[in-house]
Amino acid sequence: MIEKTVYLDNAAATRMDERVLEVITPYFFETYPVATSEFGYSLGIEAREALENAREEIAHHIGATGEEFIFTSGSTESSNLAVKGVALALGEKKGRHIITSKIEDFPVLHSARALEKQGFSVTYLGVDSEGRIDPDRLRDAITDETILVSIQHANQEIGTLQDIETIGRICGKRGVLFHTDATHTFTRVPLDSKKIKVDLITVSPHTIHGPKGIGGLYIRKGTPIAKWMDGGFQEFNLRAGLENIPGAIGFAKAVELVTPEENEQIKVMRDHLIDRVSAEVPDTTLNGHRSKRTPQNANITFHFVEGESITLHLDMRGFAVSTGSACFSRSLEASHVILGIGGDHERAHGSIRFTFGRYNTMEEVDAVIDAIAEVVGELRKISPLVKN
Amino acid sequence: MTFPYSEKVLEHFRHPRNVGKIESPDGTALEGSPACGDMVGVNIKVDPDTKRIKDIKFESYGCASNIATGSIITELAKGKTLDEAKKINWKQASEALGGLPPIKVHCSVLAVEGLRSAIQNYEERHGLVKEQKTTTVEVVRKRLKKVMNPLSGLDLVRTELVKEITVNKGAVRVAVDLPAGHQFASNIKDEIMEKIGPLWDVKTVEVQFSE
Repeated sequence: MIEKTVYLDNAAATRMDERVLEVITPYFFETYPVATSEFGYSLGIEAREALENAREEIAHHIGATGEEFIFTSGSTESSNLAVKGVALALGEKKGRHIITSKIEDFPVLHSARALEKQGFSVTYLGVDSEGRIDPDRLRDAITDETILVSIQHANQEIGTLQDIETIGRICGKRGVLFHTDATHTFTRVPLDSKKIKVDLITVSPHTIHGPKGIGGLYIRKGTPIAKWMDGGFQEFNLRAGLENIPGAIGFAKAVELVTPEENEQIKVMRDHLIDRVSAEVPDTTLNGHRSKRTPQNANITFHFVEGESITLHLDMRGFAVSTGSACFSRSLEASHVILGIGGDHERAHGSIRFTFGRYNTMEEVDAVIDAIAEVVGELRKISPLVKN
Repeated sequence: MTFPYSEKVLEHFRHPRNVGKIESPDGTALEGSPACGDMVGVNIKVDPDTKRIKDIKFESYGCASNIATGSIITELAKGKTLDEAKKINWKQASEALGGLPPIKVHCSVLAVEGLRSAIQNYEERHGLVKEQKTTTVEVVRKRLKKVMNPLSGLDLVRTELVKEITVNKGAVRVAVDLPAGHQFASNIKDEIMEKIGPLWDVKTVEVQFSE
């Protein structure tokens, strides 16, 4: 019997690990000053050293050095800086064309739309029915005016992984900068900037049991990017603002705590859910690619029923999941990702996203499958879309 | 924790009343479309002498507000005369539920519309339409807004599939911009017939597809 809430929305935010809290606490009460230069006072120097160590450790995980990594307030800011910063740096000099995909997360998608209003042209590449970009179509879309390609490493809703190795190679050959949003893959799926020709990478610890309010951007050495958060000279003069040192320390700890064994366990839970649901619940569709997906994501449409009703019933039974239904969203718009993979509105409205994390157990996975099978069965009994 | 829904809404959502279909109903309606994210079906049985709603059942594809409103309108309408039931409005349904979130008005209005359409359907079938408005192209167009285009989940008019409508002495012809062999052609045709046929002065309905 499970008594606490079963939390399966780890792509949105995760429960922070106690070990993260433990290492960040001294930076609120003891080493609390700003990071000073080496000519400052002792506590400030200590704070700076801690910040630089954290930077070095995180950068190391993407095959980079500390000089190539800046801290931001989260992945939204990182992606804004990547897309708008490159546009600002190269728009006048090189060209005003950007390529992205139709299923990107909002920070990239809406940054691109904002740039369109300023006269940039944007190509929004379509994806196949599993959410994958066709590298040939990307190659064909690049023009002499193209300055940036921004394609996510994995999708926020359906977990589909993109072939960023090939995309990076294409961009490299054409001399176009490549940004990838790795919010949903960082530490869960290998990503090495030494092996993959990627110039900018968005990362964040809120998906891996780290703190909220901190993120990072990898910027390959020599990448032209303009500062747009003005103020002091922090973060190599690319992002002004008082450094979030506890956040940075927590970020580094969260990265350190993810292990390959944990990723494997999470993947086993994902596969168990996908297999059991497809075997036991009729009329379902797995959204995204069966194998080329993040270990933590399962997204399934339960046909003939609406997602908000499912999530509310599950919530009353103690399960937290999310849906691509319009009724659930603040905008009352159906998921652009499900529509982007060629799904109709009904498929979007009935889609449920389950995302796993460190604190989930197999017992919980079985419990949520039992609950959803029952809830969907009940809702289908009253659905006019079910033909008897 | 504040929840957007009242206890009453949640109660009806958890245990919706009068759910399902009625075998050979006297009046029937299906409102909404999957694209809007909400659909409500309403079936009624009417006592021919007293014109009271003897039985009413609803079906819902939608969110909690939609399900709860569908449930409450069946309770409000049961036993009422058609004229009384026609007057049930969204405000009454919402009040009976202890209030609904403003953002969910759309989802909950649908159930009220469903009830009215089911009554209208009954009246049309039984020659009880009091104001016998002559069917015009506009009347037909308005009705076609309730026929769904399965390709997009939106209605035929909005998706510009209706090429032409003619009304001539009770003969209605609707030209649809789809080939006759299209996978949804027969579905669309059936739905058009169902929506236009019951109009009091309509004698024939012809659905024409493009080449």
